[in-house]
Amino acid sequence: MYVAVKGGERAIANAHAWLAEERRGNTDVAELSITQIREQLSLAVNRVMAEGSLYDPDLAALAIKQARGDLIEAIFLIRAYRTTLPRFGASEPVDTGAMACDRRISATFKDLPGGQVLGPTFDYTHRLLDFKLAADGGQPEAPTREAEPGDVPHVTEFLNREGLIEEAPHDDTPPPDLTREPLEMPADRALRLQALSRADEGFTLGLAYSTQRGYARNHAFVGELRIGTVPVEMDIPELGFAVEIGDVSLTECETVNQFKGSKTEPPQFTRGYGLVFGQSERKAISMALVDRALRWEELGEDNVGAPAQDAEFVLYHADNIQATGFLEHIKLPHYVDFQSELELVRKLRREASAAQVQEAAE
Amino acid sequence: MTDQAYNFAYLDEQTKRMIRRAILKGLAIPGYQVPFASREMPMPYGWGTGGVQVSAAILTPEDTFKVIDQGADDTTNAVSIRTFFERTAGVETTTTTADASVIQTRHRIPEDPLSAGQILVYQVPIPEPLRFLEPRESETRKMHSLEEYGLMHVKLYEDISRHGHIATAYAYPVKVEGRYVMDPSPIPKFDNPKLDGMEAIQLFGAGREQRIYALPPYTHVVSLDFEDHPFEASKADHPCGMCGAEDSYLDEVIMDDAGGRMFVCSDTDYCEARQAAGHRGKDAA
Repeated sequence: MYVAVKGGERAIANAHAWLAEERRGNTDVAELSITQIREQLSLAVNRVMAEGSLYDPDLAALAIKQARGDLIEAIFLIRAYRTTLPRFGASEPVDTGAMACDRRISATFKDLPGGQVLGPTFDYTHRLLDFKLAADGGQPEAPTREAEPGDVPHVTEFLNREGLIEEAPHDDTPPPDLTREPLEMPADRALRLQALSRADEGFTLGLAYSTQRGYARNHAFVGELRIGTVPVEMDIPELGFAVEIGDVSLTECETVNQFKGSKTEPPQFTRGYGLVFGQSERKAISMALVDRALRWEELGEDNVGAPAQDAEFVLYHADNIQATGFLEHIKLPHYVDFQSELELVRKLRREASAAQVQEAAE
Repeated sequence: MTDQAYNFAYLDEQTKRMIRRAILKGLAIPGYQVPFASREMPMPYGWGTGGVQVSAAILTPEDTFKVIDQGADDTTNAVSIRTFFERTAGVETTTTTADASVIQTRHRIPEDPLSAGQILVYQVPIPEPLRFLEPRESETRKMHSLEEYGLMHVKLYEDISRHGHIATAYAYPVKVEGRYVMDPSPIPKFDNPKLDGMEAIQLFGAGREQRIYALPPYTHVVSLDFEDHPFEASKADHPCGMCGAEDSYLDEVIMDDAGGRMFVCSDTDYCEARQAAGHRGKDAA
């Protein structure tokens, strides 16, 4: 006997209750606090802030807890929250040249003003499981010294003095805002960078890697990678001047790329740029490589048909919240469409087999 | 109870105004896809965020709201969206088609004809009817502006030469007022004739793709076809097992593992109203 499916409402409520129970896990184990996540899973927090486009470590930590550690789900929670927030204004552009660097390395010069600072990096760790952490991590302490005084100039500025790298002229045009206007093609560089900055890390990494393997190879050197905090200033109309409202930690990557010259440009180095919230250096480097690949048109290079050169392909598929939503929506009922396909396939099969019988008879 | 932490119907008034402008533009140019700055909603993209944003922008406290998914009021996502607006807008909800002033739908048009004063809001996954012929948005927009629809006719023609039929069973493309080719969202082609000359306003929202389009009342909507292969609305060739209706779109339900199956109305409100009026199908208890 067929009974129309009822009780969707109760099923949903029960599923939510079960989810909450699963999230908490075994209650004999102490509950994870937001501050623990913020302090001890800070790179996950950074990724959620970067791709969620909202700089708030506590909210990001809460989202990670609520999402049971599923970072894309956490990013989704942050995005959905962010979109409800009123917008008071825009900050002044941050000056990464004045960054208080925790880490600053250049792959193009052995030594340079401001120095090479490794900072807290996994780079030269041996990837051996540290079983001490399974018991008790203890309270590790790192040696300290005074920071070098003064700003840390950008590496590309040195090259620029010799005219070896393309100019990056100052531009005061307000950048487009893809969170307030629909993404439309062709997208200028500011819009592309904005989209890439909150693009999925894995997708950006894959695209960047594809350029290294020959799909629009642009041979990138990491001119500079820097991680640290910069002050954020905002112009307060009532005061008539900008005041510091806080600081954010950023990862910035500038790549220096080969360029043989084109009809319009002499041979010189070109730039790729990546800027991401928090310590997210894999993402920042990937972003710089993809940015450079997307610039083929303005530099007069050939379009070799590589995915990383195709702005529509990259920008329309880089957002993991859009992607995961649409991908997972195929879990929703599709009885109606499927029924119409069933009817069609049955009809086509009937006709095909009738035609075969006819042929056999002839 | 209305959730006080958010504005009426969740979205802030600025955003609603932006969406209303897109809707008005869509109504002024029937079938034209208007880009709009779609917001992240608290439900995933692909789950009706376009329809939800359109509904949020048009709902007033006096409205009565109905949500259907696959024609049914009680499918999980319909329940979830209805609950969302109960919580954030506190509007009356109903399952009765005739009582609703705004109906949000996924994949169906109700069987009962809609009347003037009602608004039907469609959830749209891929608003671009030319998308699977040309993946590039910059190209398809050009094709629409030049009214260059040859590619679509070639595709339909190739279907006929290969299968003897146009092999599109849902999201069957239509032409609006002799101008724009439009995707009616993935409704079965059985529903296509209802689009034409409908008394109610029809609004289409695609959140992830950031597009809104619209059909004002009494718009002329024609399903694409050829003179010698006219469009044919089709459905399972059975009456409803519960209410005996012969004119409604049917879902096929598998009853056992021996191939037993029955057919029931996909429009649950239509089916229940008929049963309440004493109609009985062969499988009704």
